[in-house]
Amino acid sequence: MEIGLTHYLTLAGFLFTLGVFGIFLNRKNVIIILMSIELMLLSVNINFVAFSSFLGDLTGQVFAMFILTVAAAEAAIGLAILVVFFRNKGSIAVEDISTLKG
Amino acid sequence: MIETAAFYLFAAVLLLSALLVITARNPVHSVLFLILAFFNAAGLFVLLGAEFVALILVIVYVGAVAVLFLFVVMMLDISFADLRKGAMQYVPMGMVLGGVLLAELLALYGAWHFAPQFAQNLASPMPDAADVQNTMALGNVLYTEYVFAFQVAGMILLVAMIGAIVLTHRVRPGVRRQKVADQVARKPSDVLDIQNVAPGSGA
Repeated sequence: MEIGLTHYLTLAGFLFTLGVFGIFLNRKNVIIILMSIELMLLSVNINFVAFSSFLGDLTGQVFAMFILTVAAAEAAIGLAILVVFFRNKGSIAVEDISTLKG
Repeated sequence: MIETAAFYLFAAVLLLSALLVITARNPVHSVLFLILAFFNAAGLFVLLGAEFVALILVIVYVGAVAVLFLFVVMMLDISFADLRKGAMQYVPMGMVLGGVLLAELLALYGAWHFAPQFAQNLASPMPDAADVQNTMALGNVLYTEYVFAFQVAGMILLVAMIGAIVLTHRVRPGVRRQKVADQVARKPSDVLDIQNVAPGSGA
């Protein structure tokens, strides 16, 4: 059977769902939550590139690269915040991140 | 035929490694499975004819992001077993939400189709791969139509870099550092004191 756009979109849908499920499964561990966000961004990238390829339009690949940029910046800042938080609190559990609560 | 097999192979390994990313007990294993997932996604991109994005994915995600994750996981001294405690109580909720999301996405993809006139609405049509390679075609679009977005992307990376340095940099008190200016400015008269000791009365 010919591999069509729907195959790639379904795959990306499954991958996005796994990312969402990962956030629920690892509700306490910020590192795994960040990795789940990376998985979700990857699934969006698959959607972009699949549409780009099947429509014959290069814009999708351009925007996939911009998503890549944002993902890299987000990972760097997120992990930096995580390191600073661990230095101050000695923990990365999500429920300890409640200092801003009144 | 071989394309179909390659798609199913990459897709299966991608989904399996994504599942292992979120279920692995050891976060180091999670990061390694994340790297495997990125490699398989890059394989899918090659199948789709987007070689440049595939290689950029490997370089940026595997070379930078995953290594950064690996550093942080290994640097922080955390009991990951404690973090997993009580995680199971959210699984039914996650199952329901994920299931609803997946059902909606699949319903959307099942009912969805291209509008018949889509060929007239392309923003930047892909040139024939025999004439212009993917990398060159991408550059022709990226550095002309999207040059401002490209520069904004560079700014985002710069801000992220400076932000990460500012966040994690700390000045520790009590650390002795070499101060060259102080050393150069030091004069013998400040530190040397000549005592005139009478003969025979020294200690």
